Amino acid sequence: MPDVTFTVDGKKLTAPAGTLLIDACRKAGIEIPAFCYYPGLSLQAACRMCVVRQEKVPKLQTACTTQVGEGQVFVTESAEIAQARKATIELLLGNHPLDCPVCDAGGECELQDMTFKYGAGESLYVEAKQHREEQKWSPAVYFDRPRCILCYRCVRMCGEGMDVWALGIQSRGASATIAPNGGDHLDCEQCGMCIDACPVGALTSDTYRYKTRPWEMNHVATVCTHCGDGCKVTLGIRQADNGTDIVRADNRDKSGINGDFLCAKGRFGFDFVESPDRLTKPLIRNAAGTLEPATWEQAIRHVASKLKEVRAAGRAIGVIGSNTTTNEENYLLQKFARTVLGTNNIDHVRSTDYPGFAAAMAGHDHRAASLRDTQTAKAILLIGGNPTEEHPLLAWNLRTNFRLNQARLYIATDSPIKLERQALMSLQLPVSLESGGYESLSDFLGGDDNALDFGAMDDVIESRPTQTDTVPTELTHAKTFREAVLAEDSLIVIFGEEFRGAAIQKLVAWGLGKENVKFAYLGDYVNSRGAADMGLLPDLLPGYVPVSEPGAFGEEYANLSKQPGLDAVQMLDAAGRGELGALYVVGADPIASYGVDPAAFENTFVIVQDIFLTETAALADVVLPSASLYEKTGTVTNSYGDVQLVKKAADKAGVKTDFEILVRVAGGMGIDIKKLVPFGTTGKGGVTADMGQSRGAQSGEADRHAVWLTANNLEPRLSPFDPLAVLDEIQRLLPAYQLDRLNLFGGNDVPSQPGFVPVSDLLAQAAHQDVVLPAHDGLFTSGTLGAHTVALTEIRQYQHSVSDAVVAETAAD
Amino acid sequence: MSTESLSIFSPQLAARFDALVEKYPLRRSALIPMLLYAQDEIGYLSDAVMEEVAERIGITTLDVRNVASYYSMLRFKPVGKYNVQVCTNISCMLRGAYDIFEHLQDRLGIGHKGVTADGVFSLEEVECIGVCCWAPALQVNYDFHDDLTNEKVDDVLASYRAKARSEQAEGGSAHA
Amino acid sequence: MPRLVSHPDEVKIVTRRFGMGAAEIDRYIELGGYESAKKCLEQGPEFIINEMKASGLRGRGGAGFPTGLKWSFVPKQSTKPKYVLVNGDESEPGTCKDHLIFLHDPHAVIEGTVIAGLAIGAKTGFIYLRGEYRYLIEIVEKAVADAYAKGFLGKNIFGSETEFQVIVQTGAGAYEVGEESALMESLEGKRGVPRIKPPFPAVVGLYGGPTVINNAETIATVPHIFAMGGAAYAAVGSERNGGTRLFGISGHVERPGVYELPMGYNLKKMIYEVAGGVRGGRQLKAVVPGGSSTPVLLPSEIDLGMDFDQVGKAGSMLGSGGVVVIDDQTCIVEFALRTISFYAHESCGWCIPCREGTDWLKKSLTRFHAGFGTMKDIDNIQYLAENMMGRTFCPLGDAAAMPTIGFVKKFRKEFEDHLNGKPCPFAKHVEVALV
Ligand SMILES: Cc1cc2nc3c(=O)[nH]c(=O)nc-3n(C[C@H](O)[C@H](O)[C@H](O)COP(=O)(O)O)c2cc1C
Ligand code: SF4
Ligand code: FES
Repeated sequence: MPDVTFTVDGKKLTAPAGTLLIDACRKAGIEIPAFCYYPGLSLQAACRMCVVRQEKVPKLQTACTTQVGEGQVFVTESAEIAQARKATIELLLGNHPLDCPVCDAGGECELQDMTFKYGAGESLYVEAKQHREEQKWSPAVYFDRPRCILCYRCVRMCGEGMDVWALGIQSRGASATIAPNGGDHLDCEQCGMCIDACPVGALTSDTYRYKTRPWEMNHVATVCTHCGDGCKVTLGIRQADNGTDIVRADNRDKSGINGDFLCAKGRFGFDFVESPDRLTKPLIRNAAGTLEPATWEQAIRHVASKLKEVRAAGRAIGVIGSNTTTNEENYLLQKFARTVLGTNNIDHVRSTDYPGFAAAMAGHDHRAASLRDTQTAKAILLIGGNPTEEHPLLAWNLRTNFRLNQARLYIATDSPIKLERQALMSLQLPVSLESGGYESLSDFLGGDDNALDFGAMDDVIESRPTQTDTVPTELTHAKTFREAVLAEDSLIVIFGEEFRGAAIQKLVAWGLGKENVKFAYLGDYVNSRGAADMGLLPDLLPGYVPVSEPGAFGEEYANLSKQPGLDAVQMLDAAGRGELGALYVVGADPIASYGVDPAAFENTFVIVQDIFLTETAALADVVLPSASLYEKTGTVTNSYGDVQLVKKAADKAGVKTDFEILVRVAGGMGIDIKKLVPFGTTGKGGVTADMGQSRGAQSGEADRHAVWLTANNLEPRLSPFDPLAVLDEIQRLLPAYQLDRLNLFGGNDVPSQPGFVPVSDLLAQAAHQDVVLPAHDGLFTSGTLGAHTVALTEIRQYQHSVSDAVVAETAAD
Repeated sequence: MSTESLSIFSPQLAARFDALVEKYPLRRSALIPMLLYAQDEIGYLSDAVMEEVAERIGITTLDVRNVASYYSMLRFKPVGKYNVQVCTNISCMLRGAYDIFEHLQDRLGIGHKGVTADGVFSLEEVECIGVCCWAPALQVNYDFHDDLTNEKVDDVLASYRAKARSEQAEGGSAHA
Repeated sequence: MPRLVSHPDEVKIVTRRFGMGAAEIDRYIELGGYESAKKCLEQGPEFIINEMKASGLRGRGGAGFPTGLKWSFVPKQSTKPKYVLVNGDESEPGTCKDHLIFLHDPHAVIEGTVIAGLAIGAKTGFIYLRGEYRYLIEIVEKAVADAYAKGFLGKNIFGSETEFQVIVQTGAGAYEVGEESALMESLEGKRGVPRIKPPFPAVVGLYGGPTVINNAETIATVPHIFAMGGAAYAAVGSERNGGTRLFGISGHVERPGVYELPMGYNLKKMIYEVAGGVRGGRQLKAVVPGGSSTPVLLPSEIDLGMDFDQVGKAGSMLGSGGVVVIDDQTCIVEFALRTISFYAHESCGWCIPCREGTDWLKKSLTRFHAGFGTMKDIDNIQYLAENMMGRTFCPLGDAAAMPTIGFVKKFRKEFEDHLNGKPCPFAKHVEVALV
């Protein structure tokens, strides 16, 4: 659209023709009030708050529906307009309960704000107000009808935004009300997006209701710990007896990678932090064979001396790291393993094959799609998986992109998924997860018509109308699908663990052969990608640098062995054979994951750092209670390679961060900590700043100083426990992690690049055994963490019973 | 929909619905007529009615409820066999509609939205029914009765009562 | 059964066949029916629209928009099918004219629909009747079936290559659905909530296609215009107000009924001569000239030509042509209350000013009429109604506010008389039960 020039309040503005006046004004810093307008959702023109005066038009116009045109003249604030808005608020308040003192939204309410601005202080209304009891629609969502101002944001958010359509509007006139699909309850994804969108306190969440007032909380923006999308989440924190409590999670300023979005896990699944099952004291196995509380001093000393002992004895030590610890912790862990323990026996429970992806992408910069790209790409090919369940933000992006930009989505899966509603075309593949046959799709896309064995597909898909059970129909459809995909002049290919090793190689090679194709490879946990990127791998150093050709690491890391170590499965096997002297597990539960017989560890000294007493921890010799992601600082990398800042929000008495524990253990082993963590003035990176600049400043100012300092590499790293000292080293040694710090510390996602290692270096990567163990957590599950959140458990059970009811009903009729 | 055997509607109505959904450029246009005709047969919009209508059109039950609750002729509770709807809007009011309404309350012993104990009559005050020039007026189910006086109202009631009685004698069902 | 009335001043054009059994197709044909459609089929769209413009016919649904002009707005080319939509939702209190048309002359509506379809190049027409008119729907449905049987509707109308289908649709109780875009929503099986405009129906209407929507009386007039010629039709009415109109006179008159009178006919004459004057020899107190949403006129204001322009100049509206006559034994507060209760009941609830405003006014007036009002209430009622005006999503808000403002302004004294615990001097206490 060509730009047009128009006048608002005497100012000349320019915007593409057809832009909504309200958007054009907001962009220019002219705030127009609105209840019903919500960017990206359909227009309502229902609240009448955004009225403005347009020259030569008799009636006031709604800015939310007026499209700007050349030469138009608008006035957005005048006595007449203020009166119109005031009158509207007066009408709203006439039947509003005015229970702001106890309303969750008090202090964060758009109705309050507007009443304050336009003044409707005097009540003209003397009739009795309609009272209605609050309704519990689900364990997640409560509805206070009298507070509802009928802006329909929730209805649209649920329908258009989430594609769930669980909320409706019933009755009419003053009796009109928002209603849930179950009559008196909600059967939905329990995402809580309706609560977020509600401008007042009509929709509230069980986890937050009547807990606190917004101004009594500190708000800390960090990253959700539950899945590989890595949404930015703002935690509302309140002081508690044993540290601090998280009382709320949302994305209140709608900033960051996820904008408006959060799913049920991000929004409600934070209470594991307060679980009574949390480990809060180190445990040491006593002579009687039981785990007994100990002091940190004792535990660290015990671990350090045991590790030294095993190392001195020349016995093998294995290290298994985590998918949910920070990049800095992961980096430190592998450095600790390689330089302190002197072993390449390091791995993590791999939920997907990032090394394989890195190998396939090696040498190809700018071919990795960031998560943001999925919101704007013109065409997307999704192969396998079910983002709606497993990657909620990706699903949201794809839906939004379809809705707002008419993005063309192509889906190829072995069973139908919900996102097909937004797909231009979908192809049901004649493969099953077991057969691993997704690989053949690459051949088919590459031109091999016989690659897809539709004959093997015994289930006839009812949903496709053209379907007859003859093979040619399927093949014709597949060919049309291929043609359409090939005709796209740019494409993002999204796939996940269905592709591993050579299969990834083949698919990526197909895509690299075309111009403007980017890739995204999906993993399960918040820092699965980071674990691999940071070298929690037996054969690869951080940045997927082969241990055999360590390059810069060879100079930096003392004692670096060029021999690849054991992977996780091999370590456990070694333990079974009595060949593993010690196993150091950080934030992982290999026994549960790989189903190992605990007896295998009879001759192994097992150390576990975790937040819960996992199966592995239960048989450990020492258990060290660690902090969760919400209790530490650092960075994490999502599935797409977007790096984000994790900020310490809560505090739990008794626990330490994995970072600090490692540093202390290393210290206990008599290591020069400065070699491990480059803090202070002798560190290679980082220039020390003059602390005087922020000292004595008022707190807010000090924060701002800190942001500036860190952004300019001037962080004063005076403590070995400062993980950012390690980030300096990561940035120094990993070409892929040349991060835009100003953006990172400003709370934004910054992309890393996987195409970093020259192809030749990776030749050493011979085929190795497949140790990938996908998690496939759904909307209400999240590994060990999920099992320890009461809110999620309740929601999961509730949704289960609601869906069961539906099943029972259909069976009955 | 080929679930005729499972339908809660009579075969005739089910067949009518089968045709109705095909009649419009979009199936959904059949929704309001379907709800009204279903109500005529079943007496009100039960959950089962709304579920079947939703399924026939291919929309959610919530969607059906959203629409159904908008229209004032659609109801979610049973009414009497003869639903007496008295217009009290301006033209009727000027010509004594409230007297008629009160008279009906006296005669039937029920108020607005009440149902007589025998289930024969229910009473409702309604908005303008489009017979303003022959006011005051009422509708019994879909039949208009206009130019009313109290005596005429009594006659109207008597005729429906007789009808109810004779149908009962024949063993006719409530909403045939 | 609604009775027919008649008066020598009437000019029977639209009502020409009333009471003559024209609901039967053969009788309709005998009386000259379907000749206009045939003529229009031969002559083509340009002729139709020119003739419509010449007739000076203005929409009978309320706003009085020139019909020929409206039809000319429909784009000639369209990727989506075009539609004709006949608005038979007739729900404005005081209005019952379409009722008689459907009852006595349903084929006129069908024929008019065909002509509108020919004018804009539509292949489908919908006739939407309010749900309460069940017996009329049956009459219209039968008429449509008969027209199909005769080949007047269908794939090849009147043996031509032209296709035209007619579908009869029922509403289910909602005044707001009479608003054109809400009617389209309803016809698409949705809640009767109006649409954002622009785009206007002529461009994006039913099922997204260009749509002409007209009141049933407007459409029923169309065949007559082609029978007598546009200019001849125009000549019957007043300046810029072609033809006749079906005026429904109700309330306190001796001979209420629907009379077809030339546009511009004097209101005073209408009440005192045509309708026989105020019932029981009482004095006239007020007149609502065009359905419940039009501002009230005082007896001093009724020496007035009843056409869109003259009534507009007098500060009210011709609206739907429903003249409601109020005698001196009527409580205006009660009348205002009953009027606003209607709008509160019928507000779709979409926008704040209308949803909350109508509810608020209804509650205040209920209390006020019951004798619990204060002086400040009178100002508040006027203040709130004035603040609804022009601020709502669709004109229903205005339709509720306008008469309210009129009542308070013109009968302030009567409102004041209800104060200080004084009971209503006229009526017994009325509680509106409708919810
Ligand atoms: C709240 C509201 C109710 C209306 N009700 C009706 C109605 O019942 N019948 C009608 O013909 N027009 C009604 N109208 C007017 C229509 O919107 C539309 O203008 C009319 O049908 C156009 O036809 P015409 O040009 O032939 O008058 C209503 C308008 C509003 C705002
Ligand atoms: S519940 Fe909230 S979001 Fe939904 S309509 Fe009411 S005020 Fe708006
Ligand atoms: S006012 Fe009673 S029918 Fe119109």
